[in-house]
Amino acid sequence: MTPSPQQPSLGRLALAVLVRDVTLSLRHGADSLAALLFFVLAASLFPLAIGPSPEVLGRIAPGVIWVCALLAALLPLDRLFGSDFEDGSLDQLLLSGMPAGVVAATKAASHWVVTSVPLLLAAGPLAVMLHLAPDAIPALLGGLVLGSALLSLLGSTAAAIVLGARRGGVLLPLLVLPLAMPVLIFGVGAADAVSGGLSAQPHLLLLGAMLAAALPLCPLAAGAALRSAVE
Amino acid sequence: MLRAEGLAAFRGERLVFRDLGFVVPAGGALVLAGPNGSGKSTLLRVLAGLGRLAGGQVLWDGADALDDPAHHARRVFYIGHLDAVKLGLTVEENLRFTPGRPQGDVRHALEAMGLAELVDLPARMLSAGQKRRLALSRLALSPAPLWLLDEPTLGLDTQAIARFGDLLAAHRSTGGIVVAATHIPLPIGDVSELRLG
Repeated sequence: MTPSPQQPSLGRLALAVLVRDVTLSLRHGADSLAALLFFVLAASLFPLAIGPSPEVLGRIAPGVIWVCALLAALLPLDRLFGSDFEDGSLDQLLLSGMPAGVVAATKAASHWVVTSVPLLLAAGPLAVMLHLAPDAIPALLGGLVLGSALLSLLGSTAAAIVLGARRGGVLLPLLVLPLAMPVLIFGVGAADAVSGGLSAQPHLLLLGAMLAAALPLCPLAAGAALRSAVE
Repeated sequence: MLRAEGLAAFRGERLVFRDLGFVVPAGGALVLAGPNGSGKSTLLRVLAGLGRLAGGQVLWDGADALDDPAHHARRVFYIGHLDAVKLGLTVEENLRFTPGRPQGDVRHALEAMGLAELVDLPARMLSAGQKRRLALSRLALSPAPLWLLDEPTLGLDTQAIARFGDLLAAHRSTGGIVVAATHIPLPIGDVSELRLG
């Protein structure tokens, strides 16, 4: 007996998982909002702590937004695979006919849609609030689009690696943050370059190059980690 | 036809079984028996391609089944101890979003396990037995020829066990294979038994 010929294609399988994850995150609205609220609140602390001087705030705005976005994107990572692992859905995902790497890439995409897109939408108003020079805002947001995709890929890989480990939630930032440092440096660099009268292009191109490298490598690593987690 | 030769597997550091072999013909059913910890669940996970095999091989229609896990996965439907039910989704959504589920009649599958009245209920309202029924109703949607079931009847009432027996019989009548670990006799006839431990 051969497998049924009307098996859905990989794209349809992956899309179904993505739709499921987005539906779930809408149902658990409080969990999904937590990262966004953390981002907005943490960034709002800086004017209170440093003082309302527009020059100082404008100078540190890209760094503040990037660091807060990075930390906010980490928050939901331990549940990315954790909930599926605990209720047996991860077994079903790995038995869905998708290679483990595609499962991992799909989960990274759902992290980006569910967590990073709201952060991106909030980043613009926050940049205005922190008096970032208006012409630097497109560079900041462009860097964040590329950088957040990178963070979703790196983060989902780390989440797959610590899956099933004791105190995985503590281990996770220790794994992700060092890997995220280059992303942070070039992301902030793009906005700073524009503020300093230079072009943001080299920084954005470097971020794009890192994304191009992470796009195939991270899902492969994460897929292997998922397979060993369910063993 | 499912054939296993010289299987050996570890759980953690411990060798749970070795030199295990069996053949299940198309339409056949194999029940794994044995005390707790004898490796029944480990064997099912190995057959599904989730667990790692320490030795031996699994053959499907004469070809090595486990060399491509993603391809093998399309032949397999596995139900483990965990029901893989998402509490935030309704009963119907849980079925609709079952990973890898081919297009099929969701309502029909729910009727097969007697869940038709509960379609729009959030899964968090279900009892343990109802969640198990929901997990089993996925079988009705699965065209996979090899069903691997770990304690499938856990928490089911007698009526649900009878419905489950109908699903098994329909699957076997189309040449499907069932391998199940259970302590309770399955509601089907003509099963062979493999004793572990």
